[in-house]
Amino acid sequence: MQKRRIWGFLAAPGMLWLGLFFVVAFYAVISVGLGNINTLYQPIPYWNPLDWNFGYLVQAIESVIPGGQNWPVVVRSVIYITVAITGALLIGYPVAYYASRHAGRWRGLVVVLLILPFWISYIMRMFAWTNLLAPDGYGSKVLSALSIDSLFSSIGLLDGTDWLGGQGITVIIALIYGYVPFFILPLFASLDRIDQRVIEAARDLGAPPPSSFWRVILPMSKPGILAGLVLVALPMAGDYYTQTLMSGSPSTSMIGNTINDYIQGGPDKSLGAAMTILLSVVLLFFMLYYLRSLRRDQGEVAA
Amino acid sequence: MSATPTEQAVTTQQTRSPRFSLGNPWSKPRWLTGVTWVYILWSLLPVLLAIRVAFNEGRSRTSIDGWSLKWFFGDNSFSVFGDPALQDALTHSLLLAGLAMLIATPLGIMLAIGLQRWRGRGSGPANVVALLPLVTPELVFAVGLFLLFTTLLSTIGLGTTAQVIGHVTFSMSFVVVIVRGRLVTVGPDVEEAAADLGAPPLAVIWRVLLPLLAPAIAASLLIVFALSIDDFVVSQYLASGAETATVPMRIYAQARGAPLPSVNALATLMLLFTLLALVLAYVVFRFMTRGEKRGSAIEQIASIDSGGGR
Repeated sequence: MQKRRIWGFLAAPGMLWLGLFFVVAFYAVISVGLGNINTLYQPIPYWNPLDWNFGYLVQAIESVIPGGQNWPVVVRSVIYITVAITGALLIGYPVAYYASRHAGRWRGLVVVLLILPFWISYIMRMFAWTNLLAPDGYGSKVLSALSIDSLFSSIGLLDGTDWLGGQGITVIIALIYGYVPFFILPLFASLDRIDQRVIEAARDLGAPPPSSFWRVILPMSKPGILAGLVLVALPMAGDYYTQTLMSGSPSTSMIGNTINDYIQGGPDKSLGAAMTILLSVVLLFFMLYYLRSLRRDQGEVAA
Repeated sequence: MSATPTEQAVTTQQTRSPRFSLGNPWSKPRWLTGVTWVYILWSLLPVLLAIRVAFNEGRSRTSIDGWSLKWFFGDNSFSVFGDPALQDALTHSLLLAGLAMLIATPLGIMLAIGLQRWRGRGSGPANVVALLPLVTPELVFAVGLFLLFTTLLSTIGLGTTAQVIGHVTFSMSFVVVIVRGRLVTVGPDVEEAAADLGAPPLAVIWRVLLPLLAPAIAASLLIVFALSIDDFVVSQYLASGAETATVPMRIYAQARGAPLPSVNALATLMLLFTLLALVLAYVVFRFMTRGEKRGSAIEQIASIDSGGGR
């Protein structure tokens, strides 16, 4: 009996810490979002559920449905995130596939180079692009020399030639650039786990390379793809800094910018908290989905 | 470097005998090689250029312009060590990272050991809570801490203490994942043997489990350091003013404003510290697990972060 209790005691300090600074912190969001404000527009949290005032939550919901003032931002966020995760999939899958199955003697180097961006501060990676895409930066010059800017202008993706001047396309490409590394690594791990013999069996049974890919490898890597896409979509949903660094224009702002403006901007903290509650409810499903896949992987390792 | 001996043997066999290339779904994935290397170039070249610009002689931040160290050490008030604001950001970042590392690691280790063994009522939700910070968008997390420290815990308030607490909270989950991975690798055998021979639980933990966990502990310390020094959102939300600004906050504030390479120099220094921590983590992990049968240490360390979006 005493033996068993010790594990609980060991976990206690960490659980208390997470209880206070994670669980109670989130409860603070609920209490402020369902609270009120004083005459100085400072939020008064209602900690007791019986006191909850749903005014701000209703206001937040009304703002994100069609016709509401934040509806365009919601639509834009969904479009940006969808395009960005599609881009991440199209770039990341071939790279992860190559690294896990074909890199041969380069494998060690390729894996290190794929991990590196992971550990370079996200802000620094975005900052590097603000230098490159400035009107006299190398990136702008290369894009202009290749006529990519005029191509993008002619199909309406770019307005003018200033890549940092409030362009949606720049924000999307920056999101892809920023989050692809986080997609590649879990996918790499899941592709790496596919038994080579299964693929050989498919070939031995007469499957030509394309169908052994579509009918064996792709279905087997589906959990890795889904987990990876969820993993990058979640932080994108709360991202405000990519947009500020790459555009800064309200015409490209995402849901993260709206929340950030409400919370850090001034008088609308309660509304910001209510928006945060809404965002969390929408994302909770995806968060739990990812955790389940993470634990399934751990279970496989343990087995 | 990372392939195990058997994998290497298979690869060489494949190149020698064409029969074995049948196991290859695409026998000549040239375009895959191309896509991968173009991607790697695309992902790293911008950062390399930003670092190169830090060593500029001239004032341009958008083009290469001579060589000098003046944006690091110059006696003008614009260099990292000449501008108090930049220098303070660097020391503050290092302070936060050091404290976060020293607090998050022991808490995370105990939590990991406890969760691994604890099979009672409440262990299910406890597991979810321990991992949830990994997948919570940082904005939600930061808003929560910001509102907590401005309402219920306003006695602590915003500032360095709040920032350290924030960093500890999100990095503890990473420690849990690292240490639990190691616990699974080590297995319960040695520990059970010690218990069977009559060692009391605390002695088992102290004299058997902790030495076995040493590589994971070293890796955790340095990875928490790297996570903390790279963090932006939590630092920004919990900052109380200019004196609690961190390096990423400075970069963010000046990215589109002040056009001087000193910001690049600051970013370069921060990257240097992160990479030092990681190389050290890798070397220590390799050294401490030498002789063990395992996958590549690089890949083990890599897999650690597959839970984080920062």
